[in-house]
Amino acid sequence: MTQAPAEGVADERLARRDPLRRLLVRPEFGALIGAVALFVLFSATADAFLQTSSFSNVLYAASTFGIMAVGVSLLMIGGEFDLSAGVMVISSALVASLVSFQLTLNVWAGVAVSLVVTLALGVLNGLLYVWTRLPSFIVTLATFLMLAGANLGVTKAVTGNVASDSIADMDGFRSAKDVFASDIGIGGVNVKITVFWWIGFTAVATWILLRTRAGNWIFAVGGNAASARAVGVPVARTKIALFTGVAFCAWFSGMHVLFAFPAIQSGEGIGNEFFYIICAVIGGCLLTGGYGSAIGAAIGAFIYGMVNQGIVYAGWNPDWFRFFLGAALLAATVVNHLVRRRAER
Amino acid sequence: MTALVKLTGVGKDYGSVIALRDVSLEVAAGQVVCVLGDNGAGKSTLIKIVAGLHRHDSGVYEVQGEPVSFASPRDALNLGIATVYQDLAVVPLMPVWRNFFLGSEKRRGFGRLDVDFMRRTTRDELLAMGIDLRDVDQPIGTLSGGERQCVAIARAVHFGAKVLVLDEPTAALGVKQAGVVLRYIVQARERGLGVVFITHNPHHAYPVGDRFLILNRGRPIGYHDKDEITREDLTALMAGGAELEQLAHELEATGSTATARALDEEVRTLGLADDSEGSAGSED
Repeated sequence: MTQAPAEGVADERLARRDPLRRLLVRPEFGALIGAVALFVLFSATADAFLQTSSFSNVLYAASTFGIMAVGVSLLMIGGEFDLSAGVMVISSALVASLVSFQLTLNVWAGVAVSLVVTLALGVLNGLLYVWTRLPSFIVTLATFLMLAGANLGVTKAVTGNVASDSIADMDGFRSAKDVFASDIGIGGVNVKITVFWWIGFTAVATWILLRTRAGNWIFAVGGNAASARAVGVPVARTKIALFTGVAFCAWFSGMHVLFAFPAIQSGEGIGNEFFYIICAVIGGCLLTGGYGSAIGAAIGAFIYGMVNQGIVYAGWNPDWFRFFLGAALLAATVVNHLVRRRAER
Repeated sequence: MTALVKLTGVGKDYGSVIALRDVSLEVAAGQVVCVLGDNGAGKSTLIKIVAGLHRHDSGVYEVQGEPVSFASPRDALNLGIATVYQDLAVVPLMPVWRNFFLGSEKRRGFGRLDVDFMRRTTRDELLAMGIDLRDVDQPIGTLSGGERQCVAIARAVHFGAKVLVLDEPTAALGVKQAGVVLRYIVQARERGLGVVFITHNPHHAYPVGDRFLILNRGRPIGYHDKDEITREDLTALMAGGAELEQLAHELEATGSTATARALDEEVRTLGLADDSEGSAGSED
């Protein structure tokens, strides 16, 4: 006689969900598989890929996009897009640079002004979305174009040039560079400080999403805004906060650009917003909102970094970079979709 | 005793469309008031006013004797008026326990969620309603319609609702599940809650209701205590018996005698009909 398994009062129709299945339904699972596959691919084809210095380059490329992907993924889980995120990074850097240089202030003053201005841009995106009730795609497409124009127009009007002046010899530059754009040596390898910020941002965002009330609200406004409103979630406030979160990330990235490079080209940043969205989507965020994770977005950014640098190390023609990125996006979304479909059965 | 919720001559327009006109309603503690009406009768508009999603344009809305005009559902909730919507109020992709506490999350310091407490409470509250979920982490979208409805009701009761507004809670349910929900309505009444039960099914309304408000095209066409009205009267009123009768006369006048007679017949049987559409929805 076999012994009957100990049974509680559970409904016999409810099958137990095994741990593997639980892992499979996690939003970042597909991206994780993709990341491992790409890692193996590049390790096999490019000898230089596995060297620690190359790997630190991969991480750096991943981190610059990963920091933005944190804010963008939260916004996407909240059901919205921000197409202005790419140029906002440059706007932020330009504001800090122009304010410091033109007024001959300590650069930290410029950094602070830039923070206020960039957060205001995020709030503006959010308010425009709430007031007009238009899709965020349209609203931020408009602010994207306006910012792109303003970046160029203001920079030219103030400096007479398309680039900002170098602030490298100004007060506070050294300490600001230490915070936003320094190298940290670990075991003889220089790792960019953005890598640590990226990991930190991702950890904080994950904690917010899974363990705070705000996180609950983010999932709810993205999953079903009408339901969320009906049970008392402040939908408008949550969405505005999410746009502001993207702006904060844009400010941080802008500061990195400002202190990593001698001058800011005012026409840069255009098109990057799509890479942030790609990182988030590869990482399992649903375009329709209500589903995704910050860790997934980080894995998405890591995939981006690997493709970005791996092509170079493998000796492939870097012109094809976007082709591979597009293919990775397609593969990742299809895999995500299939895995989730199957796991939810 | 002052009524928990009292509407006097309340009306609402959407632009040039009059959605609701001159509706009066009173719910006391331990009372179930049923609002009946066909599609487009104004039930949803009435609910949205009571729930605080829309403001009324005319008339007076009082809660425990105080006139109110809610800016958001939060205001209504704060006064103990909890609404359970037919289709809304759950986020399908979110786990059951997150849905249960959505908008009223239990927190420890620093804004941290008290996840263990919320998981346990959700499980216990649902168990008390006879729903055993081993995994409150599954997305609520994977539950059946009746289970979702019960989660929503249990949630409202847990958060100390004084008045429970139920929007067609039995509409999409099978016979057995509808029974579970109806039993829960009676339970809520016995616990001293006021219940506003919106439905288009007189067979669900009659056994549990103390008072019945029948709406038609945005106007009240009847407001009766249970001892003033029979189930048959209620069904006939609901089915728009008077309107069908008039249509029969009109058709007769234009010469379509056969159709008119058939309609006439329909009106007579409806008054005695044992069942109407909708009461026997299929189980999902």
